[in-house]
Amino acid sequence: MKLAGWGRYPVADCAVVRPNDAEALDAALGGTRGDLIARGNGRAYGDSALNPAQTLDMRGFDRILGFDADSGQVVAEAGVLLADLIDVFLPRGWFPAVTPGTKFVSIGGAIASDVHGKNHHAHGSFGMFVDWIDVLGADGQVRRASRDHESDLFAWTVGGMGLTGVILRAAVRLTKVESGWIRQTMRPAPDLETAMELFEQGQGATYSVGWIDCLATGKAMGRSLVMLGEHARLDELGEAERQDRWVQKPKGKKAVPLDFPSFALNSLSVRAFNTLYYANGRRQAGASLIDYDSYFYPLDAILEWNRIYGRKGFAQFQCVIPLAASAAGLKALLGAIARSGQGSFLAVLKRMGAQDSRFSFPMEGYTLALDFPMRQDTPKLFAELETIAIDFGGRFYLAKDSLLTPERLRLSDARTAAFTRMRAASGAASRFQSLQSKRLAL
Amino acid sequence: MTQTLLVIGARSDIGIAVARAFAAKGFDVQLAARNAASLDSNRQDLVTRHGVTVTLHEVDALDLASHEGFVNELPALPDVVVCTVGAMGEQKDNETSVEAMATVLRSNFEGPASLFTVLANRMAARKSGALVGISSVAGERGRAANYVYGSAKAGFTAFLSGLRNRLTRDKTGVHVVTVLPGFVYTQMTQGMDLPAKLTAQPAEVAEAIVKAVEKQRDVIYVRPIWQGIMLAIRNIPEFQFKKMSI
Repeated sequence: MKLAGWGRYPVADCAVVRPNDAEALDAALGGTRGDLIARGNGRAYGDSALNPAQTLDMRGFDRILGFDADSGQVVAEAGVLLADLIDVFLPRGWFPAVTPGTKFVSIGGAIASDVHGKNHHAHGSFGMFVDWIDVLGADGQVRRASRDHESDLFAWTVGGMGLTGVILRAAVRLTKVESGWIRQTMRPAPDLETAMELFEQGQGATYSVGWIDCLATGKAMGRSLVMLGEHARLDELGEAERQDRWVQKPKGKKAVPLDFPSFALNSLSVRAFNTLYYANGRRQAGASLIDYDSYFYPLDAILEWNRIYGRKGFAQFQCVIPLAASAAGLKALLGAIARSGQGSFLAVLKRMGAQDSRFSFPMEGYTLALDFPMRQDTPKLFAELETIAIDFGGRFYLAKDSLLTPERLRLSDARTAAFTRMRAASGAASRFQSLQSKRLAL
Repeated sequence: MTQTLLVIGARSDIGIAVARAFAAKGFDVQLAARNAASLDSNRQDLVTRHGVTVTLHEVDALDLASHEGFVNELPALPDVVVCTVGAMGEQKDNETSVEAMATVLRSNFEGPASLFTVLANRMAARKSGALVGISSVAGERGRAANYVYGSAKAGFTAFLSGLRNRLTRDKTGVHVVTVLPGFVYTQMTQGMDLPAKLTAQPAEVAEAIVKAVEKQRDVIYVRPIWQGIMLAIRNIPEFQFKKMSI
């Protein structure tokens, strides 16, 4: 069937199997020798979870197997979504310790991409809260990998893009919260320098994230809204929030009814949106209480928002620039984006904390992420942005990638060689492949 | 008092979804299937998500002699029973092998009818309960593409209708629901190219069943569009229908 990532580019005709237990998994894979890739809920943007020969849809593995209310450790199958964990455990006072900008990611996908969230500067990436993973290897054996046992397998699987084996289940720690509400502080920053200052001052906050206007130029270059957040304690809730402590009241969902024509997003409409959004943010500056859904997952409320980019889909550029080079690197990137006139309104700036992992994306510095509708000249623009990021010592987020080349991946990330050596030695290279791993020669 | 749900055919996607939907309402759950021990991860899932009591039970729908014993062994006579037992087989095999054909007839009709006979009599004696049979729109008219499966489902639909009539006439307090799901995304239909507007997710079927039990509905199409489609298909004159391939 025709399959794509969240960016709807590229689209590939993939043979999909969807087993829902060990027996069905054996039946699906037992006789096959070709290469395959596991797929979660399809939220990676590009071709990370596409394999025409065989794509293993893991959403049938959606069982929550146990919960330890003392440690907050939940054991779950790979196809369980963060949304499921929130539904089940938030009313008991627990929340995912790390969450990306959508709750519709599977646990398997979150581990494979080692996703990060608005608390990366404080708590690190998703993998920091994973205690163990069961991985089905190229030899057909299932191994339980943790920091103590099969520690190499564990280290490579977290952030390994599904290329070490099939993640079957995992033990993940949740964090204790007193409510489903977030105490948000919004601070407007008229330029990049101020935005970065606000992030540095906000290092003590649990959550921090910035929306950045990538089309602003001159003195306004890099103008941003920086949003800090804390889980609200019970005694910080107002009467209305206290009535709905765990945010259980249903809210309306909007869906994008059809593909927008590709001219709907032009630099004029984006510029107008950005100006309004920034002005609105300035008016709302200060502290407020907002529910976790609106704080963490504003886009999830608009189902299938990826359709606003039209039928040709879109690509997201996300890089991280090391701290010392961040100011100069971001300036160079913003300059190039503004010159291209193609920036989208969904642009995110975030301070990342230090992280020492085998192949995961994060490192201490600043990450910039923004979408571009897929057009003929988009690959050229990406090449330009990638070259700038590499010049400043940056690297790229494979969960978002659909356009990187093997050469530029290796220029940006010296760890790639060790990753491919590990894949060759373990036999994973011949069994686990995605269109992305083939494109990048992983 | 806590109510209890029994799912027969609990390994199926619809069976699992039904168990979750009723557990979310606070029902204790009895999961029955062949090789029931392998449903332990589903048991853990229901316990962890909903904090209800879940038990596993071995049942073979085709082994009629075992059905009385199966019901005797249950820790409690359930308040709601949902039977998702069924098998499509391969139509080609069903046309050529009488054994394959008989297995399809027995899995979709004889087995479920036998289980419901035993359960209906116990529930009637208790004067309460709901029996939910998953039948199929395929039973509304025999088609070349799947008439063996369809005819078995036609039999089961007629059985449920008659059982409902008997239990209502005799004022037993036992309610019978016939579910005609239409297309559903399941293991059974994996790889088929199903039209999205006509195809339900298992969770959608489960929600419809919870509602049908609560509201004491008799016959439900999960997606209303199927009612119109089947009305049209039933009304095609036979001299025309026999030449068609639909």
